Amino acid sequence: MYHKTAPYRVFNIFNTCLLLLIAILCIVPLVHVLAVSLSAKSAADANLVGLWPVEFSTIAYEKTISNSVFLSSLWIAAKRTITGTLAILLVACLAAYALSKENIQFKGRSVYAWLFIFTMVFNGGLIPFYIVIQRLGLMDSFWVLILPGIVNVWLTILLMNFFRGIPKELEEAALIDGSGHFGILIRIYLPLSLPALATLGLFAMVWHWNSWFDGLLYLSKKEDYPLATYLQTVIISRDMSSMSFSRTEFDLLSQKTLNAAQIFIGALPVLIVYPFLQKFFVKGLVMGSVKE
Amino acid sequence: MSHFKRSWPFHLMVLPALVFLVVFNYLPMAGITMAFMDYKPWLGFDGSAWIGLDHFRALFDREDSIQVIWNTLVIAVFKIAFNLIVPFTFAILLNEVRQRFLNRSIQTLVYLPHFLSWVILGGILVNFLSTDGGFVNRILGVVGIGPIFFLGDGDWFRFTVVVSEVWKEFGYSTIVFLAALANINPALYEAAEVDGASRWKQTRHITIPSLIPMAIVVGTLSLGNILNAGFDQIFNLYNSLVYEKGDIIDTFVYRTAIVEGDFGFATAVGLFKSVISMILIIVSYRLAYKLANYRVF
Repeated sequence: MYHKTAPYRVFNIFNTCLLLLIAILCIVPLVHVLAVSLSAKSAADANLVGLWPVEFSTIAYEKTISNSVFLSSLWIAAKRTITGTLAILLVACLAAYALSKENIQFKGRSVYAWLFIFTMVFNGGLIPFYIVIQRLGLMDSFWVLILPGIVNVWLTILLMNFFRGIPKELEEAALIDGSGHFGILIRIYLPLSLPALATLGLFAMVWHWNSWFDGLLYLSKKEDYPLATYLQTVIISRDMSSMSFSRTEFDLLSQKTLNAAQIFIGALPVLIVYPFLQKFFVKGLVMGSVKE
Repeated sequence: MSHFKRSWPFHLMVLPALVFLVVFNYLPMAGITMAFMDYKPWLGFDGSAWIGLDHFRALFDREDSIQVIWNTLVIAVFKIAFNLIVPFTFAILLNEVRQRFLNRSIQTLVYLPHFLSWVILGGILVNFLSTDGGFVNRILGVVGIGPIFFLGDGDWFRFTVVVSEVWKEFGYSTIVFLAALANINPALYEAAEVDGASRWKQTRHITIPSLIPMAIVVGTLSLGNILNAGFDQIFNLYNSLVYEKGDIIDTFVYRTAIVEGDFGFATAVGLFKSVISMILIIVSYRLAYKLANYRVF
């Protein structure tokens, strides 16, 4: 029994401590940001803040949630995430159902499948894509955030493989009872796939929430930016034009605490859905990725 | 035609996805012709002159584009290598942590960074690594090292990019190895136990060999990423100080096109990347199938 030998016990304690340390390193930057965001200007500017707030203050959050540009970007991000996720799931469910059928049942299936898969392997690149968006008149429109990403091939394939695991007898019985394929999809397949749909939906939500480049590229007005794009311009490109301070506010606020607060609010929705996501994604990642 | 009568719902179901694929994926492919044109936005596709392979010749003549391709390869190769080695090792070590609660807690923490965007992480890291009292340099200062210009010096920038990518992704990449570990037949360990094999011997002769096929799959499939050094990450971390060693194909394409307005050349560079990547992806999937019998579809 190796478990009981002294060398293994020593190794086990050392190993557990090492892995815990690595695991903690994975969240240290996030904890640091939270601590900075809740500290006073003087402490943050003097770099006194480590992993715990120094001279606790919520002024950075108060200022952030009264910034109208920040609020509108938050609203656009929420709108985008919900609309985008529902759209992705709708399109994926329909396509995945059809593609989950055998070639005999659905002639032309493999042609469609290859048209889907080819887009995973090859794309026209940034500039031709940009020109297409321009010609379609999608520049500066909210829909430029939704439509180009509406077909998620990876998600469709996972869903397709999931649908294939549903017993065929259910479909055959429903067909005999006179049900059509749309009815079968809605009344049999979707209720049976709710856990899978929840997982994929969460992935799509995180993807939408985190997307920033499309906003930067196709939207010219700051008021139209979703939160991720707003954060990119304010924190990374240091564009301060959308912030307005009065003299007294400037004395109390530090760019550091303000940025930290905005970063933390940006990460918060992901942190909130993360426990649900984790519950599912280990299964979800394996589901569909390995085929016997 | 009688077949179509039965299968029309399927065609209808695929239709929405197909329409969007054609518009947003296949239509842009027609725009690739720009790579062979002296494209001027005000002249459009009909008015701009064809110049054959000039852009591609320029791609291999210009010093900046050669440098950018080299940067991309260096950064991507290091990322791929470490994102294979670290998760592989981490999975084996984590497998030894038998206390369920500790095991789950470690997993929860290490998967998390994968889900945060590079905008958020970039914002955090720029502060965290700054030479002006950033958290890391303060700690290094206590030990008497530094300050180190993590994001302002070319070589350190490459180092930072690789380490922060591994930091963000290694946990998530561990999942496939943990799944493979869970699939190992326990009878193998029981037999080894009876023969008096130590845990290290069991690891060497059972655990590691069982993980090798998965490592081969992960390794070969990442071949397709060899020209993907991570646009989101570099774009949110770099600055003009590190262009020489930190600029990669994707950021170069973006700046050439959007900032400098050289659409034709940028498209050519992008096409070069897309074609090589496509070939590598196809080769890697064939290899993964041959070597480890792995199939996606």
